[in-house]
Amino acid sequence: MTINFKLRGNNLEVFLFGELDESVAVKTRETLNYLIDTYSFSAMVLDLKGVNFLDSTGMGVVLGRYKKLRRLGRGLFLRNVNAQVDKVFATCGLYDIVEKQY
Amino acid sequence: MINKMKVVVPALSKNEGFCRSLVAAFCVELSPTIEEVNDIKTAVSEAVTNAIVHGYEGQNGDIVIEAELYNDSVKISVTDFGQGIENIDEAMQPFFTTKPEEERSGMGFTVMQTFMNDIDVVSEKGKGTTVTMTKYFGRVNART
Ligand SMILES: Nc1ncnc2c1ncn2[C@@H]1O[C@H](COP(=O)(O)OP(=O)(O)O)[C@@H](O)[C@H]1O
Ligand SMILES: [Mg+2]
Repeated sequence: MTINFKLRGNNLEVFLFGELDESVAVKTRETLNYLIDTYSFSAMVLDLKGVNFLDSTGMGVVLGRYKKLRRLGRGLFLRNVNAQVDKVFATCGLYDIVEKQY
Repeated sequence: MINKMKVVVPALSKNEGFCRSLVAAFCVELSPTIEEVNDIKTAVSEAVTNAIVHGYEGQNGDIVIEAELYNDSVKISVTDFGQGIENIDEAMQPFFTTKPEEERSGMGFTVMQTFMNDIDVVSEKGKGTTVTMTKYFGRVNART
């Protein structure tokens, strides 16, 4: 899992590349938490264009970051969600909570 | 049956990607759609993750992945020899998890049920768990 980011306006854009499953879940969570704790921004935009696979463990990482950001009064948006990831998110009910930004 | 395979891997999370790709490649001769391939990969990933995280709880152990290919379907089983499931009905409920502290969602079995056509779980406390799933190719609706 490779993670790039850039501050753009009030948002922190984060670009993930790789397959988000158990093997990278802890590292991904820690890196995203580090970004959240280090930078000031109003919303995180998680760009998943480079994520070609994600399972319910990966979904848990995304949902957990949403909850952390919400506690801090900040937002989370999802962008460029591919079909496989979209189906997992929809099945897990993530879109009842987190907004998708096209 | 037109083909079958069996592979044994140690319960390491780095083997998840290998296992799901292997099963997907095994199904190629039935010309599955991209969505069907992704459904299979996702379901295998869920079952293998559960074997590692819940079955063995990070301890050493073997995971056996078997697949049988039929003219219209693939039957996949994932077996661990770990701690087993106390109450299978409860475990399969959406949002049920025994590890909420690790940000587990409790949606693994729901994903397997939704993405595959059929799922059967056999488990014995202290002996282990086998999850058997079937995917029929060319069907529009997966069980929801
Ligand atoms: N192979 C397994 N061995 C032991 N327990 C399991 C196994 N698979 C699933 N379980 C139990 O079933 C529960 C639900 O599994 P799942 O739906 O995948 O959710 P999650 O993995 O997020 O907890 C787990 O929390 C665990 O208690
Ligand atoms: Mg699971």
